[in-house]
Parts: sequence; structure tokens; C-alpha cells
Amino acid sequence: MSQIQAFDADRALARIQELKHLDGALLPMLHALQDEFGYVDEAAVPLIADTLNISKAEVEGVISFYHDFRRLPPGRHVLRLCRAESCQSMGCDKTIAHVEQRLGVKLGETTPDGAITLRDVFCLGLCAHSPAAMLDGEPHGRVTPQVADMLIESAGRRQ
Amino acid sequence: MKIYVPCDAAALALGADKVAEAIESQLKNRHIEAQIVRNGSRGMLWLEPLVEVETPQGRVAYGPVPPDSVAGLFEAGFTRGGEHPLRLGLTEEIPFLKKQERLTFARCGITDPLSLADYIAHDGYRGLERALQMEPAAIVEEVANSGLRGRGGAGFPTGIKWRTVLNAAADRKYIVCNADEGDSGTYADRLLMEGDPFVLIEGMTIAGIAVGATRGYIYIRSEYPHAFRTVQKTIAIARDKGYLGPNVAGSGKAFDLEARLGAGAYICGEETALLESLEGRRGQIRPKPPLPAIEGLFGKPTVVNNVISLASVPIILNKGAQFYQDFGMGRSRGTLTIQLAGNIKHGGLVEKAFGLTLREAIYDFGGGTATGRPLRAVQVGGPLGAYFPESLLDTPLDYEAFAAKRGLVGHGGIVVFDDTADMAKQARYAMEFCAIESCGKCTPCRIGSTRGVEVIDRITANQERTRNLQLLDDLCETMVDGSLCALGGLTPYPVLSAVQYFPDDFRKPAPAPQDADASQEISSWR
Repeated sequence: MSQIQAFDADRALARIQELKHLDGALLPMLHALQDEFGYVDEAAVPLIADTLNISKAEVEGVISFYHDFRRLPPGRHVLRLCRAESCQSMGCDKTIAHVEQRLGVKLGETTPDGAITLRDVFCLGLCAHSPAAMLDGEPHGRVTPQVADMLIESAGRRQ
Repeated sequence: MKIYVPCDAAALALGADKVAEAIESQLKNRHIEAQIVRNGSRGMLWLEPLVEVETPQGRVAYGPVPPDSVAGLFEAGFTRGGEHPLRLGLTEEIPFLKKQERLTFARCGITDPLSLADYIAHDGYRGLERALQMEPAAIVEEVANSGLRGRGGAGFPTGIKWRTVLNAAADRKYIVCNADEGDSGTYADRLLMEGDPFVLIEGMTIAGIAVGATRGYIYIRSEYPHAFRTVQKTIAIARDKGYLGPNVAGSGKAFDLEARLGAGAYICGEETALLESLEGRRGQIRPKPPLPAIEGLFGKPTVVNNVISLASVPIILNKGAQFYQDFGMGRSRGTLTIQLAGNIKHGGLVEKAFGLTLREAIYDFGGGTATGRPLRAVQVGGPLGAYFPESLLDTPLDYEAFAAKRGLVGHGGIVVFDDTADMAKQARYAMEFCAIESCGKCTPCRIGSTRGVEVIDRITANQERTRNLQLLDDLCETMVDGSLCALGGLTPYPVLSAVQYFPDDFRKPAPAPQDADASQEISSWR
């Protein structure tokens, strides 16, 4: 995830302006900001509100509603472990407990060195290869504790 | 010569990109001329990465192919279909595939998903061609007569929805594809969007021409980044080649499409929440009426259909309503795309006429549990579907037959659990999931789900069991009757079915002799 830039208000405004012609532009804008900076910075809220002529509260309300949008920068890597039914039937609880213990953080937290953000996800559509995971947007199947270890090590090597 | 290595996310999840790289480098080193095609998945997911080689006899399959076995395959002469322990024979002859009735998924895994030429060579755009020669009302009637019902879960007749939008007068109408496939155990939408995206675009174009809509949106969940990118590319190709835009296939009719990304909210799979989200708001439920067919996206008449419903339209138009109608049972016509998931030996997609029993799906196709342990429970239709015990496995996959057993065919996902499953834990999870994903609009769902977790915790801790079981029953009744949408309204189904069929799981740690039998306390369920 090395392409992520530090937040920059001018750059943010440019991305917002690029999308303002869309009908229902708010979600595309938030995705664009998160793609660019890794999260939606507080300072972007009034820029969006002004562009779309809606209140800041409305923008805040949308950001807080959706699980995807982050208010703080994530770790250098994001590891998402599925905990929906199909993955439960193949022991995802064991994988999750193992990863939490190994990284010393819980789901939803980032390791103190900023290397990995651990998140849950409810279904990646990889249910024939449960338990499933996604590391920096790439899918992984049959993620036993051993496979999870390999994923964490591969993320570590890439920095 | 062509070598096929799937680009489907399920194949990528097991190293398909590395396999393709290894094949490419072997071809180069051995000076073999061959083209690597990144096809969609055939749906035999336990065999992924499934590599196919074109031979004079037909396509020969090898799988599952780990990246480090590629050199050995070349040693065995696999480019000529040579013998190897991973050789599976002709792909089309593999029983899992051969026994299916592939209508909607006819091309998936065969073609290059991004090749319009491939699509057209395999009967693509014939449905649109015929539709363009018909009156809009006749197209709608063709779909109505086919018996197609919404494949997203609700099973509402697609033709009736289209007719309502056709008859609604408005300056603008929309086609919205619900690709927010959030149910665990389902992946048919993803497989289709990554494996044969043109068929979805053709289906939406036909829908637009039928009801008089000029604009469409495909709302894809963010958990499917590969599907999103594939669909975006496909839309660009279709537009470039004149299949989307102001003059669809030279007909003078306009229709254009845009793919939009969700943001991790399960509730946006509910059609009115999806519309809110598309409009740029919190994905909260709208009370119905008005129906989206009358006042939908941006207040305009809108067809909201699932991916599989829309992708079934081209073959209906191409081969006629009767052809499609001839598959199925009772009022469930056509084919169901069954997705075998969870603790299953042969996980994958089975497209088959309605009427296959759960047992046939799980054992004849799926080969039983992955762990080899006895099957304990099956959840069909996602997180809102009931948990069925072994004794209900002979239920045919049919909307009405499932409803009669208080089950849900839903989107056709089947999640199998072996005998290590703790059904009280599954019931608790159902409530927990509802609490996490509730949009907050109505009280039974928003508050009831949290209270549900607490009551189940008290039951399993043996605190006032009888009273708490009755309370759970009352709570579920309130949620079923009082919720605005299916999330709050159906969450009680997995909960109460777990209590009814697996009462012993709710008496841990140690049952007292005078303990109430959990299944006796849930009157609203029976």
C-alpha cells in the first residue's frame, strides 16, 4: 500500500471536484479520498459539504454509517479476516484468535509499530475456501493459523 | 494453443496468478508457442486453480494446480493433454459439471471475461438482438411468462416488477443491479461478474429497453474489488463498441451504465437501503410503499434486480420464455444457482433446475463435509436463513417447499456445518450480526438484536432458563412482526430454528434435571 499519500487539502479538494458531476457523489468521493490517503481526514469533511451543498453533519453521518470508512490512517498493511458463517464452519475463530495473539492486537486495531491493521469482514465470497482473508485487497483461501502466519510474514517482508 | 488459468478471486486466493506466471516462464524456457487466457471460474472451486489446456479432443483440466507443480506438468507434456496425477480429463466430462444445467452460467469459465468477441461467439447479445425487434411490452411479457423470480432472495416475479416500471410515467427511469452479495455462503454474483460480465450488461440493457430506462447502476460491494474492476472494464468495452451509450447496437435507443462501490454495510443489500446509498446517504431502509418501481432512485421509477436475475434475461430473450419455463418445479421456474459452501468437500457452483433436494446438492455434488465428520446443520439462504438439521435434508430447493419448512432458499447459498458446531453459538451470532449491521431505522431490529444476544447468553448460562426462553420467543415474535425489513424480520429464523432443532446446545454447561427443554418454549416458531 505504498501508493498512499499523506493527507493534503488541495489534493483532496481536487479529487472531490473531479467527482462532483456524479449523481449521488458522496460515496464515490469518500472512496476516492480513502484510496488516496488511506482514510477520510477530518479536514475533508467541510470540503465535501461545501462542494455538495449539504451540511457537515450529513457528511459525518454517512462516514460513520459505513464500516469501510476510516477516520484515522491505517497500518501499512490491512489484514481482514472473515468471520461470517461459512468461515465459522471451518474454524475461523481459531485463526482469528491465533492472529490476535500473534500481533498482540484485537480485530479493529493496528499494531503499535503501525505495520498491520487487523479488521474483520463479513464474507468475501470465497466461501468454498473458508476460512478466507484479504491482505491489502488480495484474496486468500483456506487461511489456517499457519497460512495466516505466512501472510503476516509476507506483509512484513514488503514493509 | 491456449492454456486457461482462471482470474476469478477464488482461484487467485489459491495462487492462480503465480500459476500463470510459472506457466509463462516454462513456455518461454521450453520455446512453446501458447496463449495464456485468464478465464472465469468453471465453478468447481475445490479444484482451483483449475488449469485447462486446449487439445483436439476438447479442453483438458488439471487441478488443483499449486504453483510449484507447474514444472512437473510440463515434464508430463500437459500442453498436449499428457498424463499427470492432477489430470482430471476433459473438463466437460467432470461429473460435477456434466450433471448441471447451465443457462445463466453457460459461458462462465469458458470464455475470456473481457473479450467481447468471445462473448458474441458464444451466443452473446442474441437476447438483445431479439429484444430490439420487439415492442417494450412484449419484452416484459416474455420475462413474465418465463416465470423468472428475483434471485436475490425474495423471489418476487421479475416480470411484474418490470411491468410496474413500464407502466409508470416519468421523465427518467432507472435499472439498478443489486450486486451487494453480502450473505455468507453465496458467491454466484461474484463468479458471474468476474467470469461473464457481459451477460449482466446485456441483461440490464434489455431491462432498460423493456421499461424505458436510459440509465443503470450496478451497486457492487466493496469486499469484491476484483468484480468491481472487471465490471468497470466491461462497461468501458461495451460503451466503446456501441453496446452502451446513446445508440445501443445501432437501435437509436439510449442506455448507459455505471458501476458503484458499496462501503461495507450488509443492509445495503436491501433494495431501499441500496437506493439510499446510491443517492449518497446512510444506507437506511425506506418504508414501503412507495415501491421502488414507482418511486425509486432519485424518486424515479426503478427496477431493482439481483445480478443473477438480470443475467438470466438474455437467455430468456434468446431462447424464449417457454424454454426457460420448462426447467424447475411448482412456481419456481428455471434454474437455481446453488452455491456449496462452508464445511463441504467439493465446494462450488451448481446451476440446476429448481427441485434438487438439499441432500442431493450436499452429497451428490458436494461430496459431504470437508472434515469427513458427520453433518450436523445446514444454513441455506445466508445469515437470515434457518438452520436445518439432517432430518430436513430431503427438502427440495424450491421457494415454496422451503417456506413450508420455515426456511429460505434466498440467494441459493448452502453452508454446511459438521458435528463440532455449537448451535447456541450460531444463534447468538445471528443476533450479534443483526446488531452490527442494523441500519437503526426501526426499534425491533436495532434494540431487539442486542437484547437477543443478552437473552441467549443468559439461557446458555442457565439463568432462569424457562423465563428467558419465553422471553427470546416473545422478542423474536416482535422482531418478525415489527421490523421494517428482512434483516430484523428474518434474524429470528436462524435463532429459533437452532433452538427448535438443537435444544441440547442451549443447556450448557450442565443441565439440571428439571431443566426446560428449549424447543418446548418457542411457541411462536411452531
